[in-house]
Amino acid sequence: MPKGILGKKIGMTQVFDETGVAIPVTVIEAGPCPVVQQKTEQTDGYTALQLGFGETNERRVTKPLKGHFARAGVKPVRWVREIRCAPEELKEVGSVVTADIFKPGDAVDVTGLSKGKGFAGVIKRWKFNRGPMSHGSMYHRRTGSLGATDPARVFKNRKMPGRMGHERVTAQNLKVIKVDPEQNLILVRGAVPGVNGSLVIIKESVKA
Amino acid sequence: MVNLIDSVQSAQLRRDLPDFSPGDTVRVYVKVVEAGRERIQAFEGTVIGRHGGGLDETFTVRKISDGVGVERTFPLHSPRIDRLEVVREGRVRRAKLYYLRQRTGKAARIQEKRRV
Repeated sequence: MPKGILGKKIGMTQVFDETGVAIPVTVIEAGPCPVVQQKTEQTDGYTALQLGFGETNERRVTKPLKGHFARAGVKPVRWVREIRCAPEELKEVGSVVTADIFKPGDAVDVTGLSKGKGFAGVIKRWKFNRGPMSHGSMYHRRTGSLGATDPARVFKNRKMPGRMGHERVTAQNLKVIKVDPEQNLILVRGAVPGVNGSLVIIKESVKA
Repeated sequence: MVNLIDSVQSAQLRRDLPDFSPGDTVRVYVKVVEAGRERIQAFEGTVIGRHGGGLDETFTVRKISDGVGVERTFPLHSPRIDRLEVVREGRVRRAKLYYLRQRTGKAARIQEKRRV
């Protein structure tokens, strides 16, 4: 059994535990994910399961993908992603992965596409400190020095303003608070990258 | 999508608590764990505001204890609240009674709501 599943971020709320403490949780609709393809050592050089997830309009699926789904005998899905696994963990094509592969108390890593922040300055993007806003200061939120004068150039990786967000981000070691197999819901402690409704990949934590 | 969140929340909502609004005097019976033993402690005072909505709603109760103002904010749907009694309904003209913090003694009184 590969310890990974695809899901959709629904949103955040809180739940009370037995002692009455409110725990912040993200609700994720995870699965059911049909196995679309097996990747094996002989054919691909690695082993993984290709999982599908999400409803889609049949008209939106391209012809090559349609054929791919037809060969697997799987209804077309919106997202297809691979989960790496050991050779003995491979599952049959057409079988379904559901939310109950995780149970409360498990540690998971959740990967998603972070919210786009647009063109952001260095204070928001790199956590620089700002200058004084008053007392005659004319240095408010500016970038500042780009380095010494002697090299006569700017070194690589200098932190500067630019596009921020909208990148692949993984939140590691989140605790599973609750699993509801009937509604395919997984409740994970804390925040998860991405906007509500976006695809997230839940995997067994690498740190656990 | 939103109704999936509702389904997570609805099981935890408490519908057993009576209605109350800012200005009311309430007695909140809170479960406290002391020395490994659970007991119930009452906190009585004036509701000076309710904040948020749904499962996240909280309310703040203010009382004067030994001449010192004490305020406690409770999550409305917390299982720590054993029960809640409305002692007295007050007539007030705003939702947040923060002005009470500046007042003491007679000036900090709230008129009782008249029932028709």
